[in-house]
Amino acid sequence: MEKFVYIALFAPLVGSLFAALFGMTPKKTFIGVISSLLLATSFVASAILATYVVQTGHGIHVTMMDWISAGDLDIPFGFVVDQISVTMMVVVTLVSTVVHIYSIGYMDHDKSFNRFFSYLSAFVFSMLILVMSDNFAGLFIGWEGVGVCSWLLIGFWYHKPDESPDVNPSISPSWAANEAFIVNRIADLAMLVGIFVLYWSTGSLQYDVVFPALPYLDDAILTTAAIALFIGAMGKSAQFPLHTWLTDAMEGPTPVSALIHAATMVTAGVFLVIRANPLYSMPEVSEVSFFIASLGTFVAFFAASMALIERDLKRIIAYSTLSQLGYMFAAAGLGAYWIALFHLAAHAFFKALLFLGAGNVMHAMHDELDIFKMGGLKRVMRGTYLYMGIASIALAGIPPFAGFFSKDAIIETAFNEGTLVLWTILVVTAGMTAFYSFRQVFLTFDGNERYKEFNIHPHEMYKFVLIAMSPLALLAMIAGFFQEEFHKFITTSLEIMPNYEMSHHTHELALYLGILVLIFAIGGILLAYKKYANGLVRNEKVENSFIYQLLKNQYYIPAFYAEFISKPYALISTMLWKSVDMKIVDATVDGIANMFYKGGDNTRKMQTGNLSNYLNWMAVGLVIMLLVATIYTLKA
Amino acid sequence: MIGLSHYLVLSGLVFSVGLVGVLRRRNLLMLFFATEIMLNAANIAFAAVSYYYNDLTGQMFAFFIIAVAASEVAVGLGLLIVLYKKFGTLNLDDLASMKG
Repeated sequence: MEKFVYIALFAPLVGSLFAALFGMTPKKTFIGVISSLLLATSFVASAILATYVVQTGHGIHVTMMDWISAGDLDIPFGFVVDQISVTMMVVVTLVSTVVHIYSIGYMDHDKSFNRFFSYLSAFVFSMLILVMSDNFAGLFIGWEGVGVCSWLLIGFWYHKPDESPDVNPSISPSWAANEAFIVNRIADLAMLVGIFVLYWSTGSLQYDVVFPALPYLDDAILTTAAIALFIGAMGKSAQFPLHTWLTDAMEGPTPVSALIHAATMVTAGVFLVIRANPLYSMPEVSEVSFFIASLGTFVAFFAASMALIERDLKRIIAYSTLSQLGYMFAAAGLGAYWIALFHLAAHAFFKALLFLGAGNVMHAMHDELDIFKMGGLKRVMRGTYLYMGIASIALAGIPPFAGFFSKDAIIETAFNEGTLVLWTILVVTAGMTAFYSFRQVFLTFDGNERYKEFNIHPHEMYKFVLIAMSPLALLAMIAGFFQEEFHKFITTSLEIMPNYEMSHHTHELALYLGILVLIFAIGGILLAYKKYANGLVRNEKVENSFIYQLLKNQYYIPAFYAEFISKPYALISTMLWKSVDMKIVDATVDGIANMFYKGGDNTRKMQTGNLSNYLNWMAVGLVIMLLVATIYTLKA
Repeated sequence: MIGLSHYLVLSGLVFSVGLVGVLRRRNLLMLFFATEIMLNAANIAFAAVSYYYNDLTGQMFAFFIIAVAASEVAVGLGLLIVLYKKFGTLNLDDLASMKG
């Protein structure tokens, strides 16, 4: 079985390096094909590992080689394939394979086609390192690896100019890439602190050494580690207040948004909390866990509210990703780790599908993303309409699609834990989710064909792309049925994944609770249908209202950051540059250089060309050295 | 009785004569003579110290120096002849062509 671990892990790396060889050359379709095939290989290997883990009930732990071995610090390159990581591996490789194949079609006209595949495969490799590593150091390597790949991919169209927001409402890719990278660095700092604290107090970074040692640690240490690791997770999973980068990251090519900013990378934060569940389920850190749940719930609502009025197709989906990540954190914070993981998997399928569908629309509309300028696309884009519809139903949580089961389980958890405030918010958010996802579907595909005014002639995507998307559509529809099987599988080993069951009381009420959520969801859809299905009617009064403007400006948070963080930071930087760097650091260095310069200039006169003079100088030198030697000897 | 210190003083004096010659003389040939004087000052010191300690190493060293000085003079004089043929003088003040 060990070889399958390595195949699953290294196939994407091979694909990436192979594509990198052709990085600077013009488009070659076979690069995309080979990368996709290697990804498919990785998926097959993951699937074989998954069946193995299901059948035997225990994981595989391999140590490839020693990595760092210095004093007491011993970090091997070890990989663990257990119930959690195998689930992640299957999800990641499946979605990535689909996205790779999709990209062959989507990036068809891009001149950096080969480079794109190199980055994309490198991303998958990093993500697999992240989920498979058996220690925190490896996790951190993967964590940074996906960060770098995300930076490369968001800024993939780096040649687009930097324009001020007044000229171009969407920002430039290179700006967005930097924003994502820097925001993540802030969070990673906290994560490093968390890792250091754990190493410092347990003497190891291996999961199977750190987690059993947790009960013997101080409350303060546990709390610090839990908080610090969660801040890291907040950055990667774009939780408030580090959420702004995710929507701006939509400047990257759409397959990237589907793969990285919906299905895989942003779930790394959730994965971290799930992986570190022994830490977060310690009674000493229950406040931290509850904070995670509350923050998740808040973000779920907060992001959904901004999605309600957003006009940019991809940004709507990005907000919905934020919102769903909030749901996952809510579940994880309340202790229902397996439910969080289940929602993560189900969400990956329908969210990737949704993004890829949005990519089709974008392709058809010649990179126009404003849904107010679309409408009626279902007549020309049947396949995409179908996929987007399926994905939106799944996202809205209508049975029997995947989203219903996973999201309902989370909402039920909130009820079961007696946190009725969280429960209420989550239910309301479910309604909002349904509303905005169908608002987007109706505005894009139904109603009058507004795009005709802008002289756009949309066309459907290539057939093979639509076929490649079908596995996601299928899974978005049926993944929910495997909830019980998944539950049994994931909780086989309770050390890795604690069980979570609803109480009897909740169990009896489950049906009514489900129906309540369903009423909200259907209500949202009906409202969206009523408002948008028959064309867009814009209401000036609503659009000028305070709340609309508040939501449109994302609660003025980006503006706040720009005003109170970026600007003062730039000011301080300029000040330090001008007064400290130029006047102290540079001046010192220049001063030393000048000293030598002047010294050289003056001593140059010594070189007269006259041997006699040189001999005199030599004698002087000799005398000086003799004197020095004498003085030192006398001293000693 | 003449002791070690006398020899060493003599060696020092001869060395100083040589050093002054190196510093003051402008003729290259004279410089060579001065160098030879300095080398021989060292030889005196070596031979004296060797005798004093009853150790032949110092005298062996003196012989080495004589051999080295001889070969140095052989090569040096050859160069001086070439130099004189080329410039017609051995005065250092006239030979200063490599100025900084």
